[in-house]
This record gives sequence, C-alpha cells and structure tokens, in this order.
Amino acid sequence: MPTFNIIQAVNDALRLEMRRDPSVVVLGEDVGRFGGVFRATSGLFEEFGPDRAIDTPLAESGIIGTALGMALNGLRPVPEIQFADFIFPAMDQIVSEVAKYRYRSGGQYACPMVIRSPYGGGIRGGSYHSQSPETHFIHTAGLKVVVPATPEDAKGLLLAAIRDPDPVLFLEPKRVYRAAKGEVPEGEHVVPLGQARVTRAGHQVTLIAWGAMWHEADLAAREAEAEGIDTEVLDLRTLQPLDVEAVVRSVTKTGRAVVVHEAPRTCGFGAELAALIQERCFLHLEAPVARVTGFDTPFPYTLENEYLPRAPRILKALRETVAY
Amino acid sequence: MRRPSDLGAARRSRAGSAGVADGTGGPPGEADPWPIFRVMAEDGSADPAAVTLADAELKELYRRMVFSRQLDERMIALQRQGRIGFYIGAIGEEATVLGTAAAMEPADWIFPCYREHAAALLRGMPLPVFLAQMLGNAGDLQFGRQMPCHEAWAPGHFTSISAPIGTQIPQAVGAAWASRIRKEPMVSLVYFGEGATSSNDFHTGLNFAGVHKVPTVFACRNNGWAISLPREKQTASETIAQKAVAYGIAGERVDGNDLLAVHAATRRARARAAAGEGPTLLECVTYRLEGHSTSDDPKAYRPSEAVEPWRKKDPIPRLRAHLAGRGLHSDAEEAALQAEVKEEIQKAVRDAEAHAAKPPLESMFEGVYAEMLWQQREQLEEVRAAVAADPRTADPRHHGS
Repeated sequence: MPTFNIIQAVNDALRLEMRRDPSVVVLGEDVGRFGGVFRATSGLFEEFGPDRAIDTPLAESGIIGTALGMALNGLRPVPEIQFADFIFPAMDQIVSEVAKYRYRSGGQYACPMVIRSPYGGGIRGGSYHSQSPETHFIHTAGLKVVVPATPEDAKGLLLAAIRDPDPVLFLEPKRVYRAAKGEVPEGEHVVPLGQARVTRAGHQVTLIAWGAMWHEADLAAREAEAEGIDTEVLDLRTLQPLDVEAVVRSVTKTGRAVVVHEAPRTCGFGAELAALIQERCFLHLEAPVARVTGFDTPFPYTLENEYLPRAPRILKALRETVAY
Repeated sequence: MRRPSDLGAARRSRAGSAGVADGTGGPPGEADPWPIFRVMAEDGSADPAAVTLADAELKELYRRMVFSRQLDERMIALQRQGRIGFYIGAIGEEATVLGTAAAMEPADWIFPCYREHAAALLRGMPLPVFLAQMLGNAGDLQFGRQMPCHEAWAPGHFTSISAPIGTQIPQAVGAAWASRIRKEPMVSLVYFGEGATSSNDFHTGLNFAGVHKVPTVFACRNNGWAISLPREKQTASETIAQKAVAYGIAGERVDGNDLLAVHAATRRARARAAAGEGPTLLECVTYRLEGHSTSDDPKAYRPSEAVEPWRKKDPIPRLRAHLAGRGLHSDAEEAALQAEVKEEIQKAVRDAEAHAAKPPLESMFEGVYAEMLWQQREQLEEVRAAVAADPRTADPRHHGS
C-alpha cells in the first residue's frame, strides 16, 4: 500500500474516478495546465486534456454556475474553489441554485457535483486563507458536507462524494495537506458518507472533531491519557448528514462530550452537536457539553495559534469536563 | 451582427444579412453604430425575401402569441380573484419570447428567466400541468414547492426557474459546454431582462462563454424596466448589445416586437454558435406594457403617457397585419382563434383546479436529497403528528397579530 499525503490521496481519487467515469470533469482557477495551486489536480490536464481538466476565468460564481449547467446536462463536475475563503462570490449559485435544483424542479433535474475546497487555518494565511465556512453549508438544505482528516479518508470519501447523487461540499484540511501521511489503499477504496469513525476508544469522555482539528484532538487525547483521562475520539468525517447514532452511542457510554472546531463559536456546528446531545443523552450526561472553538472574530494573522483550538486548550477542556 | 473585429466597418454597415437597419439615436451625420435589425415595418409590411419562417410556422407562432396574451390576461384575473397567489407575464414581449424559442432546435436547452411561459408551452409543457404549477396544488409536478411562474419542463429541455437575477446565465453556458465536450450539437438559449445585465452572473456567464467559445445564445429581453427602474438607470451603456464587444463575442440589436426579425436574428446567432464561432448577445428591444408582476402598480413609477407609444407597437396586431396583408389571416379566422384560445384556457383552468388543493405532506421533505436524511424523517413525523393533533397547525387564518 502506498503512503500518501492528503494532496496525493485527493489526486489519486480524482484520477481514478476520471478514468472510470468519462463524465467526470474538474474545473476551476489554475486546476488545468498548472495542476492547482496545491497540486491537487496535478497531471490530470496531461492525461485527460483541456476539456476534462478545465482552466476557468477567475470568478467563483462562474465556476459553480457553469458546473451546475454541466451537471444538469449529464457531466459529473468536480469544481475547485481555490480557498474556502473565496467561496462567498459563489454563495448565490450554491445556496439558491445547486442546493435547491432537484427540489424546486420536482425531481425533473438534479445537479450532483463535488465542490472541493481547501479550508482552515494554521498556515499563516490571515483572514482570507484560513476560514472554516462549513456551517453556512450545513445550514443549507440540499447540500452534503464532508471533511476528511486523513489521506485514507480523503481518497475514500472523495470517491463516495463523486458517486453521490447529491451535491457535496468537500472541505480539505489544508494545514495537514502534506503533514498528514498514511497508507492509502490502491485502486477502488470507497468510504461511505454519513459514517463517523471512532479513532480511539475510551470510557470517560467523548471528544468530537473533524478535519484538521481531529489531529489536535488526537494529540490532546494522547496527552490526556498520560494524566489518566480515558478519552474516546470521534472523527465525524461527514457533517451533513451527521452520524448522530455514533455520537449518541459514544456519549451515552461516556456521559461527557467535548466538541472541537476552528470556526467561530456562536452558531458553529458545535452548537448543533451540543443541542443534539442534550436532546438525546440528557439522562446520561455527567457534565455540560464543552466547546473548544475558534473565537467570534475574523481569523487573525499573527495571533492564529491563540485563536485556533489547539491541543492545550482541548486538554484543558477534557480535564474540566472530567472533573465537573 | 457585429464581431468585435468589425468595429470600424460596422459603423458604416447594415446590422444584419437581411432586412433593414433602423438607425435611431445616433449622432447626426453618422450611422448608428448599433442599429436595430428589423424585418417587418410597424404597419406589418415586410420584404418577403427576409422572412425566415414558412407560412404555416408563422401562423402557428401568431396563434401562440395570441395564446400567450390571453393566458397572461386570464392569470392576472385569477390572481385578482385570489385563485392564484402571484403572476408575472410577458404582455408586449410575446414576439421576443416566441421568436427566439422557435428559432432553436428541439434538442437545444432553454434556460428561462421568468416571463417565458410561452416558450415552456412551445416545448410541449401541457397547459393543465403549467396551470397546476400556478396553483401549487396536487397536480403540480413540483409539488407546490415554488411560487407561481417558476415552472420546469425537463422533457422539453426547459430548465427550472428561480428568482435570483442572472443565475441562469452561467448555467446555460455550462450546459452547452457539456454538450460540446461530448461533441453533441446542442446550443443553449438563455433569457434575462436588461436589469440582469447589471448582475455578476451576466458578467461571468458572458466572459466564460467568450473565453471558451461556448455555443450559447444570450437573449436579453430589454423591456425598458426592472420593476420601477428604467433602463437608463440600469446601465450607462447606450445599448445592451454593445456590451458584447468587451467580452469578445458577437452582439446584435433587434426589434423585439418584430417576430420575423427576432426569429431571423436568433437563427443567425444559433448558426454561429453551432459552427463553433462562439456565443451571441442578442438584445431584443421591446417594452413591458404592464407592471413587473401582479405585486406592483406601475402608475407609482411610470407615467401612462410613456406606455402609449409602445401600445401602438404591440407585436400582436403588427404580425396580424402582416399575415392579413399576405392573405394568410382573415377577420373571421381571428374571431375563431380568439374564441378557441379562450375556450382552451378556460377548460384547462377547470382541469387544473380539479386537483386536491395540497400535495402530500411528505413532499415537503422528499427530493431535497435523493434520499431523505434521518432528521428529515423525524421532522416529517413531527409535523404529521402536529397537524393530526391540532388542525389549526395548517390553517393560515389562525395566526398571531
């Protein structure tokens, strides 16, 4: 089994799927001849040509709008938004059009596509190369939202997303694009959407994370173990649809939950998780659900380490939740 | 039609390959750089050599224009009677809608704005199905999920209508692009008003299509008004068509109340697209004779005197005069046509109203995704139980304030 980083795993999935399905095309800014600013589409232009690895003009609403038209007419587009921070010019196309097309046409049309976009902070990217916009899209009925944490999941979830009948926002954790390495199965490897993964079994507290923050959560859990705290770590992998049963199963067992995300706290996905946990696990809870998150500010440049919910803050929350 | 490379030459040339250019508004002593292409004079007379439609096709399109007008009038009346919630029509713009749509091939896709109901019907949408969408009842293929006038008809490649302005423009480019990638001969037609030329999606759509020479016909219904805003407050450009120059694509200005001219110009634009010569921005100069929709009263922002000259340019009497002048249509045929159309619409309204008032409750949750999500299944049970426990849940008359 080859060892890949996340970029290589994404690239492998795209190449595999473009070979398997001639309707799959990638499009976006710099994704063709250059192979993407992060190299995720490297080599696709050479293998599949300019009609399937398409360099578009610099306009996100145009990328998503044309991808929608392609999807209506039988292609399976995988548009790339170069940074998730730049997705907002395409909000109208995504929220008003892509998310609603099947529903509003009574199923006469559908527009399955995978919008790939690197997200998240920790790369000294400041306010416009660091944000985590997942909540906007989870809140939009009609979209699925997927965030892999590891190379193996990046490949498996991307293959599942491209084959999914619904539009999927596929957020790639760019802080660990190259840092996260792991064995990735060759060839066919599909990880079904909507299934969380218990990455560490434990009995005292459930630590819920996804994407780049799963790596911080994993570190915090290992550090907590040295202090005698037995943590169960859950990587959600798909945020919409959420694997609510996995959350309930774990929290029912541990009676405690800590949720981690980079996005600002207020109305972040942690708020939804906290609400679901109190609705479904109330009589099992030994402590309030804790949230370790980004703050209610724009994403800072110089103070990004203080902003990000890194392992020490998570460890503090684990200690407090267990001691409550 | 002008290519950007023809800029100098076009200042001295006629607009199209046939018909006449009506140079209005240009500086004295110089030809209008963006003349309006016209085939039929306002009295209905036309050079037979410039007519691109066979007699039978022409008579059929006239029938459809009459139908469109009567349908709009009937729907506005139904809205005023409270039988449908909203209506937005094309009174005065029938030649623009039908002339463009009829010039496309059956496999071509149409991306509507929201006034192109005549194009949906032309593409085979049955009238009772269209009317069920107006009513949002159990006969609506779209399960009452959208306001009236947001119809879709996939069998006729007539796509789904939304309300945000301009979003359909890049979508039409993408659909035609997909066909070109598969080496299929489809050309897409997309409609929008002159107001939409201010939107970012107008810019991105024309720019993407220009760069990649995508076979799309951009049909701008320049009806002079975007709700209350007149065209000159929408853009400082003297014409819409000239915007094509900046995108490196063909542009043409056509009399939108002249069915013959609209049809001929669209045929030319389609032929260019199909030949790989790229897209065309077609500005159809017409006029919105009524309000924006049933939700506004144009007297609040537009003096009636401004409308009167355009009532005299109504595209329907103009085409009728043309047909009569060629012996293709008599007064007796006109009376029969009007009566027949009225009867057809009345019967279809009765048929559409015969459906149950509401689609089933589960249709609110179905179709958001290919399969319902767990939380949607829970929410469906929740609302089902709420309605069963207290019928006032679904009664619009029971509300606060």
